[in-house]
Amino acid sequence: MAEAQSANGHGGGGGFELDPLHQFEIHAIVPIQVGDLNLSYTNSSLWMTIAVILITALMTLPTRGRALIPGRIQSIAEVLYETTANMLRESAGREGRAYFPFIFSLFSFLLVGNLQGLIPGSFTFTSHIVVTFSLAIVVFLGTTAIGFIKHGPHFLKFFMPEGAPIWSAPLLVFIELISYLSRPVSLALRLFANMLVGHALLKTIAGFVFVLGIAGIVPLAATVAITALEFLVAVLQAYVFAILSCIYLNDALHMH
Amino acid sequence: MPQFNPEWFASQIFWLVVTFVVLYLLMSRIALPRVSQIIEDRQNKVEDDLAKAEKLRTEAQEVYQAYEKALQEARADAQKVLRETGDEIAAEQAKRNEAFTKELDQKTREAEDRIQAAKTEALDSLQSVAGEVAQSATAKLIGANIGKDRAEKAVKQAMGGES
Repeated sequence: MAEAQSANGHGGGGGFELDPLHQFEIHAIVPIQVGDLNLSYTNSSLWMTIAVILITALMTLPTRGRALIPGRIQSIAEVLYETTANMLRESAGREGRAYFPFIFSLFSFLLVGNLQGLIPGSFTFTSHIVVTFSLAIVVFLGTTAIGFIKHGPHFLKFFMPEGAPIWSAPLLVFIELISYLSRPVSLALRLFANMLVGHALLKTIAGFVFVLGIAGIVPLAATVAITALEFLVAVLQAYVFAILSCIYLNDALHMH
Repeated sequence: MPQFNPEWFASQIFWLVVTFVVLYLLMSRIALPRVSQIIEDRQNKVEDDLAKAEKLRTEAQEVYQAYEKALQEARADAQKVLRETGDEIAAEQAKRNEAFTKELDQKTREAEDRIQAAKTEALDSLQSVAGEVAQSATAKLIGANIGKDRAEKAVKQAMGGES
């Protein structure tokens, strides 16, 4: 459907002129202007809202009866809960428990956001670096603040590995600092790039299906295979983002 | 690339914050405590049931042991009663046997005494009969009445000589 739209939108006249990036375009649904800021409710905002509604529905509707023996949907909610809880416990220990609601919200938001992107015609809000970077910077600033609150100035020792000779301090601190500061960038870029490339590739290859006529069966098969792969990537990248957040949290709570 | 169009940065960040905060509040206030409660309740229920099962098992074991013990005691009791009864019967038998032997002995002795008395009596009457016979025989043969006392004396002498 999205292919057809983009083909219609851009392929005026002769031949198909496919734009695999068209799917990432944002357009306002409810224009809102606050001073100089454009805070319009967009298609991106719409899919974020849908994600929140889906997650809330999944977590609250089947659990209303508080059944001891879960139904199918309640099982899914519980599996999601247990998976996230285990992820946090294994990487950040018991002290990480306090941040479970945040990690759970983060993981479920990214997971549903990524998976929504596989619905034809939908919008993938996680394919925008502004979104992924905002989440990454929250994790980065949050864990840094937790580190300083928990360890005070001792948290600075984090940048100087124990037992290293003192003369190597300038170099080591520099390297550690760079590696620490690159965390949010790598976190944001990894998710953004995976979503962008996957979806763009899918769109590009799908475009050939129309162009090649009967031979289009080859890119069609490839599209099916890549779609399957994209499901894996969607889950995996949400998981990677969440588990790295847990590991950073562990660093802040327990240092090295 | 649409991703680097700054026109929509503010809107995306704003709505991300709004939706994420709403999600966080819904999860932390409602959804997660509820799921956690359900899982905890289930765990408690399972643990309770396991503990109950363990308790029942121990109880059953105890009952079985008590039963086994009671059975053993009953068996021992029966054995004892059997032995005692056997002993009693044996004692009674011996007692009765003894009493009977004694009675038998006495009766034998009494009988012997009676026989002896009868024998003596018979002998006595035999003497007197023999005396009378001798007296009347003498009277018939020689026509002389020798008197009862003499006849008896003569018979006694004759018998005494023999015996």
